[in-house]
Amino acid sequence: MTGLLATVDAQTIVDAIGLGAVYALMAVGIGLVFGVLRLVNFAYGQLVMAGAYTLAFTSSWPVVWSIVACFAVVIALSLAMERVVFRPLRTQSPTVMLVTTFAVAFLLQSVALIIDVRDDTIGEAAASVAPLNQAVTVAGTDIRKVVFVAVGVAVLSLGLLAVLLGRTTIGLQMRAAAADFRTARLIGVQADRVIGLAVLLSGVLAAIVAVILTVQFPLVTPDFALRDTIVVLVGVVVGGIDRLWTATLGGFAIGFATGVINGALPTDKTVFLPALVFALVVLVLLLRPAGLFARGRASVVDRV
Amino acid sequence: MTGPQSAPLLELDGVEIRYGTVSAVRGLSLEVHAGEIVGLIGPNGAGKSTTLHAIMGVLPPSAGEIRLAGNSLRGRRPEQVARAGIALVPEGRRIFGDFTVEENLRLGLSARRDAGDGALAEVYKLFPILDEFRRRHAGALSGGQQQQLAIGRALAAGPDVLLLDEPSLGLAPNVVDVVFDALSAIRDRGVAVLLVEQRAQRTVALAGRTYVLANGEHRLTLGPEDAADTQTLIAAYLS
Repeated sequence: MTGLLATVDAQTIVDAIGLGAVYALMAVGIGLVFGVLRLVNFAYGQLVMAGAYTLAFTSSWPVVWSIVACFAVVIALSLAMERVVFRPLRTQSPTVMLVTTFAVAFLLQSVALIIDVRDDTIGEAAASVAPLNQAVTVAGTDIRKVVFVAVGVAVLSLGLLAVLLGRTTIGLQMRAAAADFRTARLIGVQADRVIGLAVLLSGVLAAIVAVILTVQFPLVTPDFALRDTIVVLVGVVVGGIDRLWTATLGGFAIGFATGVINGALPTDKTVFLPALVFALVVLVLLLRPAGLFARGRASVVDRV
Repeated sequence: MTGPQSAPLLELDGVEIRYGTVSAVRGLSLEVHAGEIVGLIGPNGAGKSTTLHAIMGVLPPSAGEIRLAGNSLRGRRPEQVARAGIALVPEGRRIFGDFTVEENLRLGLSARRDAGDGALAEVYKLFPILDEFRRRHAGALSGGQQQQLAIGRALAAGPDVLLLDEPSLGLAPNVVDVVFDALSAIRDRGVAVLLVEQRAQRTVALAGRTYVLANGEHRLTLGPEDAADTQTLIAAYLS
């Protein structure tokens, strides 16, 4: 292990922070919806995938318009998913909702495949946003511009979200709905409004993640962001899904850990990356079953 | 500020409520006017809380009508009932323990159509302890203080009708006095109060009328003059 850690340099740490920031954003997107719907949205990654395809298919457009299109598609898809699938299932058990999101995930992936193979090849290149992936050298360490963007956007988004949740009436109502949905409705909190806002914000975050990931991995395939979503979901559970900030920290932690282990492993041993990350997860859950950052109290984790 | 002789604010007419095939409440009719307290007592499982849930739109009645100021509440969702002017103080208080006292009260404003200027000041006037602890976490309050907060939160909505589900549960007798005194003050402001309680004698003494429920049916109506004999009367009718 000491041999592994010796290879962790500033470069690895910077990249790990970048990955942690992206995963933290995804964790917030998943956590926001979980808070008000008690729904673990496995199809979250497909929102990111749809955004990535939008960037690829619009890569002949000016970059700004391409990004605007990406936001429009992802937010519309996020809202449509809530209206068509989640809302009718709101009173069902968490298991039913979770399985349904699996179905939605595979449906969207298949639709993407159908659209993608029209040109007889799988995968579309998103060329226009790629220049953001260029590196600048700071004190001997190459830092890709997108890492600055990822960290900056993550900090800004989380800050704005904290203000929204902490200082506004709708934010207060959203926190109340997340804490006790039934009582919140009984005192007049409009369920559709808070759910709609959570889904909207979650869509905005997915669009941001889509842009950042597409810059780093410009070849877009139907399983784009699928593995990231699984890792983030694990991170969210490890952090403690019943609180937004613990879920966020969990997302960041697993992203950071993945980045560090990836950098520490010799290039020919990176196949062991998932095994090592999940071994770490098992260890954490054995030691702290309610979540890494959860306070010692009954958790809803066992319900999901 | 109309008196009990006017049309009822809240009216239940032949209400029947079922859990699946089990009938929880049968043929219940009752009225609550502005500026009066009506009690609803009876043994566990008599259908008292079920009735409140039906009024709030959580459990729609399978037959009969529930009307607010003459308008049917049929098909309204809980948040719509709340916004129509009925506030519930739920069983077990259901305050938001991780939020501050003031945040809990601000949540009570959710049911209002106006901004609710001055609504919190009125709550603080009725329950000065909430003013003192407004920055504290609600979960850190005592049971009696939490109950005052739950009532204050309901009042912040500026309701025409206030429903309370066993507000004295688990409170010391002197704290029950505080809560019941507050209910008198709320009644005197013209609110229609429907009080579900286990403390039969105190409820009968406080309320203008008290309906006794057993097995989902209305068995008996008592007035304040029956307070001293409450237990004997109930025992005689329910045996």
